[in-house]
Amino acid sequence: MIAELGLAVLWMAAALAVLQLVSGILALRPEGRQIAGLVRPVAVMQGVLVAAAFAALITLFLTTDLSVKLVAENSHSMKPFIFKLAGTWGNHEGSMLLWVTIMAVAGGFVALVEKRLPENTLIATLAGQAFVSLGFYAFLLLSSNPFERLAEPAPEGAGLNPLLQDVGLAFHPPTLYVGYVGLSIAFSFAIGALVTRDVGPAFARAMRPWVLGAWIFLTLGITAGSYWAYYTLGWGGWWFWDPVENASLMPWLAATALLHSCSVLASRNALKAWTVMLGVIAFSMSMVGTFLVRSGILTSVHAFAVDPERGSFILALLAIYIGGALTLFALRASTVTEGARFSFVSREAALVFNNVMLCGILGIVLVGTLYPLLTEAMGVKVSVGPPYFNPVSAVFAIPMMLVMGVGPLLRWRQDSFEGKRGGRITLPVGLCALLSAAVLFGVELMAPRIGLLPALGLAIAAGLAPASFLPLRGRNLRRTPLSIWGMVLGHFGIAVALFGMASESAFSTERLAAMRPGDVRQVGPYTVKLEGIGPVAGPNWTALEATVSASYEGAAPAILHPQARTFSNPPGNRTESALKTRWNGQLYAVLGEEGEDGRWQMRFWWKPFVPMIWYGGALIALGGLLALLGRVAADVRRLVATGKIAYRRSRKAALGARP
Amino acid sequence: MSAIKAKHQRLVLLVIALVALVGAGLLAAWALRNQAAYFYVPSDLVARPPEPGRAVRLGGMVEKGSIRRAADGVTIDFVVGDGKARVPVRFTGITPDLFVEGSGVVAEGRMEGPTFVADNLLAKHDEKYVPREMKDMTASQAKQVVAETK
Repeated sequence: MIAELGLAVLWMAAALAVLQLVSGILALRPEGRQIAGLVRPVAVMQGVLVAAAFAALITLFLTTDLSVKLVAENSHSMKPFIFKLAGTWGNHEGSMLLWVTIMAVAGGFVALVEKRLPENTLIATLAGQAFVSLGFYAFLLLSSNPFERLAEPAPEGAGLNPLLQDVGLAFHPPTLYVGYVGLSIAFSFAIGALVTRDVGPAFARAMRPWVLGAWIFLTLGITAGSYWAYYTLGWGGWWFWDPVENASLMPWLAATALLHSCSVLASRNALKAWTVMLGVIAFSMSMVGTFLVRSGILTSVHAFAVDPERGSFILALLAIYIGGALTLFALRASTVTEGARFSFVSREAALVFNNVMLCGILGIVLVGTLYPLLTEAMGVKVSVGPPYFNPVSAVFAIPMMLVMGVGPLLRWRQDSFEGKRGGRITLPVGLCALLSAAVLFGVELMAPRIGLLPALGLAIAAGLAPASFLPLRGRNLRRTPLSIWGMVLGHFGIAVALFGMASESAFSTERLAAMRPGDVRQVGPYTVKLEGIGPVAGPNWTALEATVSASYEGAAPAILHPQARTFSNPPGNRTESALKTRWNGQLYAVLGEEGEDGRWQMRFWWKPFVPMIWYGGALIALGGLLALLGRVAADVRRLVATGKIAYRRSRKAALGARP
Repeated sequence: MSAIKAKHQRLVLLVIALVALVGAGLLAAWALRNQAAYFYVPSDLVARPPEPGRAVRLGGMVEKGSIRRAADGVTIDFVVGDGKARVPVRFTGITPDLFVEGSGVVAEGRMEGPTFVADNLLAKHDEKYVPREMKDMTASQAKQVVAETK
């Protein structure tokens, strides 16, 4: 019953999306003025209905209704509650329903609260949003119905991939999805603005909070995904340049560029066409990522099922939306008026530099990710990994981070490095650069065998960390707007994460050994001892668990428990690494298998300052959150103020009307 | 430096963007030629071996009875074959859970002399996660290999 209800509600929502699109298009014509009032409520209602459909699917998973095909294939009655819940989106159909849900709910939210945009642009935006959703509704309803029943209920479910049975991963996909799909709002805003030819500061100010919101979720999702890969794969790495990781990185790069160009458009009415273009690109990257992941054309843990029909469907959607948006852009870009001028030394110029470099990295990642597909079409199989991505993206990332130290200090429009004003910039920035140079020199002197990239990373992080606080100089800290704090924290987060990455690749030490209980090994500053190995059991797994005592430079030992888990439903194995975190790094322990001679394979890493990578990621997201709060608070204050003025006027008018 | 004329500014921005993107494209193309790891099956690897030290991937079946564990307990030697040719492989590390004799494997590494030294082994993870190269292989060549080895 719930399944049928869910499907019916989903169809109704799809019908409302059609209505939203048609009424939106009609309302933009002079003769269709009357139905303009229809668009907003329809968008809100569509969001409510899809949310209900998604709630229905969650209910089916929580009650483990095995007569539903999707539940039978991806869940199991004995699974812990949290993984029953996560099972809802841990499969192709459910994750597409989640996609549509977020898209429609975001659209409804825009319809409900967005008051700054001219009504026409907003209607065009909502019509655009409906147009994009429709493709995904069609995909969901025609080729991947999540509510499909089985002719006979299954006796028991097939379970969830053991790799995915992890609490961190339960909330990783929804976080990323909010980010991916949140960018659809930027896409629709861009289309709306192109349709009404209304690209200006008001448009940028209206779009900015949505981009910021999506960007925060993307940042958190990528950070969490990286940590998940780090501790569940047991390989000790935190980023593998896997197609799926790239699929999440590409929208982030585009959204980061968009965020910065938005602030130019909002403050200075420049970079108009550019910002619109980035709005289109950002969501296009989300869709490309989804296509790569969902079609199964690239190998990945995340490719749920390889189904050529689905792949071609998403490819068709991709062609329609990206092609359509680019065509619209080509037709309308010339009618978007010229932006305001700025000089080579100005904040705009620094932000243009940032944008170009981010787009360069985006291009590098995109080409590297698609290259194996390209060569395979010609019959050659290749894979592209860190030896390509690391140095080539650094070519763009390093200049960008250097400019990042100066850019926020520059004035809008025109600035100078000369004279008294210039001294206020060049002096502190020069000190930071000096610090960078000293660190680079020190690293090369003390540890000449460190590669060039990690050494440069350490040096830039050392200079960028203090430089990111320079915008606060000469400001009253209590009166500094939240958005400035957000920028400072975000840039500082980049420096922190960069430090973690560089330190990890420069100073990690690894120890691989076959050990008997009682054996002692040295790894970095740690002395590790294998105390023993024994069996343990969890709700749906059994495991062999090693007890390892690890003593940091002779201090009282800490106990670690790395496991090799065996899952029953579905059958599978997973290593569960054990971590010991200190302020200056992490000890990472993995248990392997037992050899014929009774020795156990153990692998240890000492990774100095590696947690900084994820602390940095969290700081970046926190910076985004502060900026978002600052923007939203300012908007609310403005709304309240205009409300008060209107009220006073009406009072005055009423008083004046009295004789 | 004075502000440039408005008409020219858009042009300058466009040129900068194009130069950066074309530059990125050329850089990517050049780097990919040098850095992409080609995929080999054993018969390819024997017929036209890659230059020593170049990162490549090798995919095939782990031959039955070929896994030997070295004295240090963490290094293994085994043979990967595709029915036509055989390549000795050495790997130091913890093998993936589903790495067993008679099953498919993709090894990432390089040729050092006659031996393929692997940095990483990818085994078939479960029904839903098969390295792509291995999927094709199991379709075409692997059937006879499995038939021979079982």
